[in-house]
Amino acid sequence: MSAAPGPDRSGEAVHFKREMISHLPNLRAFAVSLIGSPDRADDLVQDAIMKAWAKQESYTPGTNMKAWLFTILRNEFYSQMRKKGREVQDSDGIFTEKLAVHPAQYGALDLLDFRKALDKLPDDQREALILVGASGFAYEEAAEICGCKTGTIKSRVNRARQRLQEDLSVSGAADYGPDSKDGTLTASAFAS
Amino acid sequence: MPSTPPQKSSGSTKPPVQKADDVNARISSKLHQLYNSVREEEIPDRFLDLLEKLDAAEKASGRAASE
Repeated sequence: MSAAPGPDRSGEAVHFKREMISHLPNLRAFAVSLIGSPDRADDLVQDAIMKAWAKQESYTPGTNMKAWLFTILRNEFYSQMRKKGREVQDSDGIFTEKLAVHPAQYGALDLLDFRKALDKLPDDQREALILVGASGFAYEEAAEICGCKTGTIKSRVNRARQRLQEDLSVSGAADYGPDSKDGTLTASAFAS
Repeated sequence: MPSTPPQKSSGSTKPPVQKADDVNARISSKLHQLYNSVREEEIPDRFLDLLEKLDAAEKASGRAASE
């Protein structure tokens, strides 16, 4: 009781916690984009937080904590997938239907089609695309997170784009046609 | 019918294939939309609570260990 922890150690812990909190929005966005189901994604985030906390000694202050956390989360994702025997990877849409829309994503209906197309990608391609295309990691960083070569990430991203392109240009005709109700949304999507 | 997208490249009214660039830009924008819609949400309390608990547990065990 009497021996207070050194100011250094507790200061470090506070800093670790604060920095971790600052990365949580990104970590959640990564998880939801990767998995689709908001509940499962948040469970994964929770697992990742606990893992990260347990091994915080392995984090070197001053290095890229965001990448460190992302690595923990994606490793956790794959190890859970292995344990569950990939039952979540259905392609018949039963699960996809349910996981399709995060509450924050209800706004745009056409996002649902994108979500579905994204979910159809192989995990490693989806992951690479998100890390590079949305999380803001360089190819090299993404490679480190995924434990593969930079070239592998590049080709995964390319294949992901290509697949989405095929998928969305097929459905695009119907979804973005002249009778589309949200014409403004479509227009702004084209504009950006 | 009310507003048509402001892109009508060729003379044909119905381009059979969309330009790859358009699709790519759309993919990019959708991905960001999807990602940012979650990123911009507030951090759920469950995570903040969890971190508080982890922190408290560590402090408690730290005290126990050093005594």
